[in-house]
Amino acid sequence: MHLVLFIIFGAFCVAGAINLLLQRHPINSALSLIVVMTSLAVLYLLLGAEFLAAAQVIVYSGAIMVLFTFVIMLLNAGKEQRTHGSRAAYWLGFPGAAALFALLTFIFLSHQSSLGYAVLGPDMVGTGELSQVLFRNLLLPFEVTSVLILIAILGAVALARHTNENQPGKER
Amino acid sequence: MSFWWFLLLSVIKIAVVLFILLTAVAYTVLLERKVVGRIQNRWGPSRVGPFGLLQPLADGIKLFLKEDLIPTAVYKPLFIISPIIALACALISISVVPFGKEITYKGVDLFNIANVNIGLLVILGVTSVGVYGIALSGWSSNNKYSLLGALRSSAQLISYELALGLSLVGVVLRTGSLNLNKIVNLQATHGMLSWNFFGGFQFVAFFIYLMAAYAETNRAPFDLPEAESELTAGYHTEYSSMKFAMFFMAEYANMITVSCVATLLFFGGWSSPFGSLFPSFGPVLDALLPVLWFVLKVFLFLFLYIWVRGTLPRFRYDQLMSFGWKFLLPLAIANIVVTSFWLGLRAPLQ
Repeated sequence: MHLVLFIIFGAFCVAGAINLLLQRHPINSALSLIVVMTSLAVLYLLLGAEFLAAAQVIVYSGAIMVLFTFVIMLLNAGKEQRTHGSRAAYWLGFPGAAALFALLTFIFLSHQSSLGYAVLGPDMVGTGELSQVLFRNLLLPFEVTSVLILIAILGAVALARHTNENQPGKER
Repeated sequence: MSFWWFLLLSVIKIAVVLFILLTAVAYTVLLERKVVGRIQNRWGPSRVGPFGLLQPLADGIKLFLKEDLIPTAVYKPLFIISPIIALACALISISVVPFGKEITYKGVDLFNIANVNIGLLVILGVTSVGVYGIALSGWSSNNKYSLLGALRSSAQLISYELALGLSLVGVVLRTGSLNLNKIVNLQATHGMLSWNFFGGFQFVAFFIYLMAAYAETNRAPFDLPEAESELTAGYHTEYSSMKFAMFFMAEYANMITVSCVATLLFFGGWSSPFGSLFPSFGPVLDALLPVLWFVLKVFLFLFLYIWVRGTLPRFRYDQLMSFGWKFLLPLAIANIVVTSFWLGLRAPLQ
């Protein structure tokens, strides 16, 4: 049962990712990205990480992708012009991507034992256990990440302020 | 054999809940028209059936039989799919709500479609995906009023979702669980006194939740996305027939879900306000009375919704944004800080 669902949603995920690249209209690409995010959430759920699955849906498919579609709607971006692409992309890009994929597969397979694993199955890791790890063992990285995000927010605000002052004819 | 029982009972539960929810949606519309009519000193619908009680049926038939117009300039796939997204998300979120006491028959909980550990997060997640229904409908309509309505609505939803989520954290801290059943069970011990609103001192959180929830469901006084005087009808300007009806059903279903969550988190869900003051009335009544209490509380919230709509004028857009970001959000954070300090002080030292 879990394996079947895993295969179905894994296929959804890959199909969404390919569709994201192939679609010409930006809003269709954004929608396929939502499909990718949501099927990733289902995969997390199948691996027993229920809190992560919910957070993935709320944060990525709910908040971040809404901003993406928002920007696309505001800019009213039309269809892309299809170009042939540079020749370097053909000669270097595809072999490079294949080599990277092969390298990652090799590393994952050879270091399987030290990487740890999750099992497909009905047992879930509770939110309490997750927060034990997050707020006791990994407290410093967690807090440092939040400071990093705060800096990013402040930077965004500073940039927005700056452009506002430069605009003529705007009272503020 | 138990798997088939599980499947059968689950399908029956889903069918019953969907039927009741959709009927409730239809009659909430009628209730709103009646109550707003009385507030404005007129009768409201009174011709179809006794007291106008069959009006929802007539409306439904009318909407089914109306011609379904699709303007030529719309982006068709998204135009068709967005009301479906809106309605589906509104209906899915009711699935984790416990309507009554946990009573199992053949291993299946009778008054709850799905008892999920992260029930509260499921509701938040599904409603956050529901934004796409509105955003995409406005964009795909290719109409400036629709687009403006959709932009207003999504901006409003994103802003108030933060305050809404943070207002629930206090309750979650008190319970130590995201499971809606556990949240209700903790409040069911001493009747009204153990509800999070009274005994848990979460009334600040409740008022934040209430206001954010009104904004989340695009209801007055936060109904700028469909402000008739400036946007004709907002994001569903170009919709007709059943697609239009789906948006309306989604709005009212969301109202009901939000009222259910308010009941579950702050007013003890199915628990009786008198606790165990009265003796048991036998097994059947003991199972059904909690459902009655739940429905009664949800009804009171729906009535409050309509009352507020009939009373308050609409916000201006900048007022709406500054109210959400500068007032509700800091207040919600303060509530979390105070609640966690209080719980930390009272917790036994380890």
